[in-house]
Amino acid sequence: MKGNIQSEDWNLVIKGHTSLFDLKFNDLWRYRDLLFMFVKRDFVSFYKQTVLGPLWFFIQPIFTTLVFTFVFGNLAKISTDGLPQQLFYLSGITAWNYFSDCLSKTSTVFRDNAAIFGKVYFPRLIMPLSIVVSNLVRFGVQMCLMLIMMFYFWTQNAAFHVTYSIIFFPFLVLLMALLGLGMGLIITAMTTKYRDLTFLVTFGVQLLMYGTTVIYPLSAAPEKYKRIIELNPMTGIIEAFRYAFLGKGEFTAWSIGYSVVVTVIVLFLGIIIFNKTEKNFVDTI
Amino acid sequence: MASPVIKVENLSKAYQIGQIGTGTISRDLERFWVTKIMGKEDPFLRIGETNDRSTKGGSDIVWSLKDINFEINQGDAVGIIGKNGAGKSTLLKLLSRVTSPTTGEIKVKGRIASLLEVGTGFHPELSGRENIYLNGAILGMRKKEITRKLAEIIDFSGVERYVDTPVKRYSSGMYVRLAFAVAAHLESEILIVDEVLAVGDAEFQKKCLGKMGDISKGEGRTVLFVSHNMAAVKSLCTKGIVLENGLVGFNGTVDDSIDYYLMNADNYAQKKWQINQAPSADFIRLLEAKVLNEKGEVVLNHPITDDIKIEFTYEILKEDQLFLHGFNLFNGHNIHILSSHDKDSSTLKIPLSKGIHKKTVTVPGNFLAEGSYNCSFAIMRYNPFHVEFHEMEVVGFNVIDEISESTVRGNYSGRFPGIVRPLLNWK
Repeated sequence: MKGNIQSEDWNLVIKGHTSLFDLKFNDLWRYRDLLFMFVKRDFVSFYKQTVLGPLWFFIQPIFTTLVFTFVFGNLAKISTDGLPQQLFYLSGITAWNYFSDCLSKTSTVFRDNAAIFGKVYFPRLIMPLSIVVSNLVRFGVQMCLMLIMMFYFWTQNAAFHVTYSIIFFPFLVLLMALLGLGMGLIITAMTTKYRDLTFLVTFGVQLLMYGTTVIYPLSAAPEKYKRIIELNPMTGIIEAFRYAFLGKGEFTAWSIGYSVVVTVIVLFLGIIIFNKTEKNFVDTI
Repeated sequence: MASPVIKVENLSKAYQIGQIGTGTISRDLERFWVTKIMGKEDPFLRIGETNDRSTKGGSDIVWSLKDINFEINQGDAVGIIGKNGAGKSTLLKLLSRVTSPTTGEIKVKGRIASLLEVGTGFHPELSGRENIYLNGAILGMRKKEITRKLAEIIDFSGVERYVDTPVKRYSSGMYVRLAFAVAAHLESEILIVDEVLAVGDAEFQKKCLGKMGDISKGEGRTVLFVSHNMAAVKSLCTKGIVLENGLVGFNGTVDDSIDYYLMNADNYAQKKWQINQAPSADFIRLLEAKVLNEKGEVVLNHPITDDIKIEFTYEILKEDQLFLHGFNLFNGHNIHILSSHDKDSSTLKIPLSKGIHKKTVTVPGNFLAEGSYNCSFAIMRYNPFHVEFHEMEVVGFNVIDEISESTVRGNYSGRFPGIVRPLLNWK
C-alpha cells in the first residue's frame, strides 16, 4: 500500500522516450513570466545605446516602400489595384515583415540559444513564443506608421476605404504569427542536424515574398500563375489584410479558410517536431 | 525514515562521438528503416562499450552513463565525484533536463533547480535589477516571487550601489556575486550545483558555501554538488556518489566516498616484495615500504596539515658497503615534484651490519597540494656516483585539503592552483 502511494508521488519523471503528443503545455503556462521577460529584454536591448531608439522600426519600411514605389511602381509599372502606390506597398511590407521576422528569427532559435539551452531547463517553446510576441511590438509600431500614412492619403482624398473586415485584423495577425512560428519551428528543429537549411531560409524568405502578393495584387497575377500564388498561405492573409484596411484585395471565406487550415497543420507539425528535437539537440548542435 | 526525492533507475546516456554531419540523412533513414519499419534494435546503439576515454572504442557510440541506479533522500547533501569524463556532467545535464536519457528514467519529487553555470541568460545591456528578474525567471521563479525576494537578493549580492547599472559595466566578481545571489534564493526543493559555482573572492565564497550549507542542513532541502574539489565536497556534503567510467563506483557517506575515490588512484600505502621480485643490488634488497601518519599508523589519506612519513625496510646482504638513500615524489599527473637523498647519511661513513634496517623520510605537512602522490626509492653510491637501483611507484598516498584556519587554503573554497601548497611566511 505504501509503495503505491509513493509511486504516485513523483511529480516529475525524466525519461528518454515520451509520447509524441506530450507537449507539456502546463509547464509552458508556469513559465509565462519568463516569456514577458524575454520580450522586455529584446525590446530594451534593441534600442539601448542607439540614438534614434525605436524610430529604427520606422526607417526600414519607409525606405523599402520608397524603393518599391520607384522600382515596381514607376519603372515596372505593376498595377496596384488602383490604390495609392505607397499605401499598397507599405501595407504589404508591414504584414510581410511581421511574418518573415517571426519565421526567420524562430528558425534559428536552437542555434542562437544553444548556450542558454545547454545550461538550464525551461520549456523551450517559450523562446520562439517570445520572439513572436516581441516582433508584435515592432509590428505595432509599423502599423502606426501605416495608419499615419493612411491618414495623410485620406486628407489627400486618395482612392481607398477601410472596410468592416477590419474586425478580423487581430485574427489575421494571429494567423501570420502562428504560420511564421510553425514554419520557423520546423526549420529550427531540422537545422540542429542539417545546417544547410539556414542558408536556404535567408534567401528562401526573400523569394517567397515574390510568390506572395506583396508587390502586386492577386488580381494582376497572370491566370496560369494565379493558382500557384494562391497555394501560398500568406497570399490569402495579405489579401485579406489589404482588403480590411484599403478596400482592395480578394478576401473570401475560401482563401482565408485555406490559410487557416495550412497554418493549423504547420503549427501542429512544428510544435511536435520542436518538442521531439528539444530533448536532445544539445548533443548534436 | 527519510523518503527518496530522487530515484534514478537504469539510467543510460549514449553519445555519438566523432564527426556528426556527413551521411547523417542516409544514416537516419537507415536507422528509421531498421527500428521503426522492421522493428529491430537500433544498430547504432548496439555496442555496450564503457566510457573509457583512453582506449579507442570500436563504434561511434560511447556510453557516457550506463545503467546507473541510486536514490537520494530528502535533506541529503550529496557530492558527486569522479575523474574527468566519468559521467558527472552528463548526469548533471540529465538531472537538470538539459538533455534526455537514452534509456532508463529519473523520478523526482519536488522542484529541481540546477545551476550548471552562474548568470545563465544574463544580458549585458540590462541593469542588475532587470537581470535579477530575467535570470530568476529562467531558473523557474515567478515574477512575484522575485519581487518578494528582491531586497534580500540585492543585499546578499553586495552590489546594491550598481543595481541599476547595465551588467556589462560590472567587474567579473560583481557579475558572479549577483548571479549567485539570484541562484541562492531559488525556492526549489532540490538544488543541483556544479563546481563552477565556487568562484569569486574568498569572503563571497564563504558566504556561498554557508548559504549552500544552510540550504541543505537548515532548510531541509536536497543538494547535489558536483566537484573535483575534495575540500569543498567534504565541507558541504554528507553523502557521496563516485562515478567511474559511466558507472556508479561507490555510494555512501562523503568520507567513505572520498576515500574510495582517492584509493582508486591505484595507490598503496604499503608494499611488500617477494624475495625474488624485490628491487635489489648485490649488497641490498628492499623488503617493504610504508606510508605512515604522525602516530605511526599505515594510512593512505593524510590531512594536508600533517607530516607524512615514508618508511623503507631493507636487508643488507653484504658487509662493509657504503651507500645512501634517495627518493622521488610524483603527483597524480605524473609531474616530478621533488627529488631528495640523505647526503649526510651515516651509511656513507659507517657500514651497516648484515640484516634488516629501516630508513624513514618525512614529507612535512602544509607543503604538498591536494591530490594523489607516489614515490620511488633508490639506493646510490658516491665515489664514483652510481645508482644501484631505482624502483618506481614504490608506495603512494593522498593529501586531502581542508577548509580550516590551519591550512594554506584557509576559508577559500574554490580552485586552488599550484603543484605544492606550502605555508609561507608573509610579512
